[in-house]
Amino acid sequence: MAVIEVVDLVKRYGSKVAVDGVSFSVDEGEIFGVLGPNGAGKTTTVECVEGLRAPDSGTVRVFGFDPRADRDEVRRVLGVQLQESELPERIRVGEVMELFASFYERPADWRELLELLGIADKAKAEYRALSGGQKQRVSIALALVGKPRVAVLDELTTGLDPQARRDTWSLVEGVRDSGVTVVLVTHFMEEAERLCDRLALIDAGKVVAVDSPAGLVARLGGEQTVRFRPTSALDTALLAALSEVTAVAQHGPQVVVTGTGNLLHAVTSVLARNHVVAADLRVEQAGLDDAFIRLTGRELT
Amino acid sequence: MTKIIAIEWKLFLREPGAVAFGVLFPTVLILVLGAIPALRTPDPAFGGLRFVDGYVSTLVVIALAFLCLNKLPSTVATYREKGILRRYSTTPVHPGKLLAAQLVVNSIAAGISVLLVMVVCRLVFDVDLPHHPLGFAAACLLGTTALSALGLLIAAWSPTARAANGWAAGVFMLVMFFGGAYLPRFLLPEVLVRIGEHLPPGVGALQEAWLGTAPSLVHLGILALTTVVAGTVAARSFRWE
Repeated sequence: MAVIEVVDLVKRYGSKVAVDGVSFSVDEGEIFGVLGPNGAGKTTTVECVEGLRAPDSGTVRVFGFDPRADRDEVRRVLGVQLQESELPERIRVGEVMELFASFYERPADWRELLELLGIADKAKAEYRALSGGQKQRVSIALALVGKPRVAVLDELTTGLDPQARRDTWSLVEGVRDSGVTVVLVTHFMEEAERLCDRLALIDAGKVVAVDSPAGLVARLGGEQTVRFRPTSALDTALLAALSEVTAVAQHGPQVVVTGTGNLLHAVTSVLARNHVVAADLRVEQAGLDDAFIRLTGRELT
Repeated sequence: MTKIIAIEWKLFLREPGAVAFGVLFPTVLILVLGAIPALRTPDPAFGGLRFVDGYVSTLVVIALAFLCLNKLPSTVATYREKGILRRYSTTPVHPGKLLAAQLVVNSIAAGISVLLVMVVCRLVFDVDLPHHPLGFAAACLLGTTALSALGLLIAAWSPTARAANGWAAGVFMLVMFFGGAYLPRFLLPEVLVRIGEHLPPGVGALQEAWLGTAPSLVHLGILALTTVVAGTVAARSFRWE
């Protein structure tokens, strides 16, 4: 069953079209990614899902409810972690958790939630005394305190250090495993690749593709890259002639060969036949960022 | 709703500046001024009254002006700027309830502030309690609602918390001036006194009710009208983010 359904969503700000005919649906129990560069329209899209903005056209349904017309129904089942939203400086973590828990009929046990998020010892701390990572955790806790069936997490790990980011990722997986459907808005390829079951790739207000991360990468046809530094003179035309090779480029002392199939074996055979030793040899499989470049024709910034 | 009010009240108490200026300052001011003997002696210049008698209504103005025109708009604009109103929007509770809680908290603080002034003036300087308690209560209440509505209007129209503070400071100074906080009202030219009497929060109505008769309906009517007009415009034009 589709938890969220977005069909032909359009949202303009003045003359600028922020979201231009976006459609996708989110299935129960998955982590669904909304991936794209900054300014692609990701946040505007989920804000329409959250009911914070009225679409100019198109329809949005959350468990069959319209987020604008059926405000309360949607807010009872949808937990939201907003990008850049703070709390009063001097409110204590325990106070804000108890307050927001009181907004729902059957809230989660907020103490348990803080425990789960590893900030149980901060219940008496004032919000202003928390670190960036701790504030982020409070924000996630607030998104989950109403026992939502679906949680929207917007730019969850922006501004976190690498360790905190990895911890947060495990957390999101834990949330999904507890039965909550997750919509994850991000511009981090690594994050999307690691967490998402499926994702919508959004660029300039349009959906470029909806697929699993592996499915998106597979669209590149198993493309890989071999990099090495030849220790003696090498005629790159020898490599370009191979059927596995699609492109050869020379960056200073480094040769970069792109291709498919058994690329590494083909390249090293040529090198061996010509008595060229390859130093610093590396093979890279194509990733989500390569898929993004291929699908949009430009780099994710 | 009571839970939001309780939390907002706690937050108010945790701000030393708000408590000091909004609740304690008027009382401290009258204690300091009252320490000057000349201001405790009846004088024809004060209409045969003592300075402290004539100043009580101004003390109420100071309390209300600070809370409604300084604290209220700056808190509301900050709540909007920091995305706190937006966060409420994502829950089943409408962010309007947070604004309502702010109004209640400020009104409670104003009530305490005025009570403190009354008690201290009575005990220390033997100033009469309001002669017309009902009229005084009405004037206080309508004064609070009128200034709160203006405060919310400022918050509604200011794009940022900084802008809100700036506009609020301007209106605050005007209200303080006409309320006699800078220059005692008997020193102001007659025309300014007349204007000030009619402006929110209605220093004329407060003074009348404290030391004289029932406040005039014109004064109260202006306060009620300000409340309704400014309140409606603020509610209609309020930006939630």
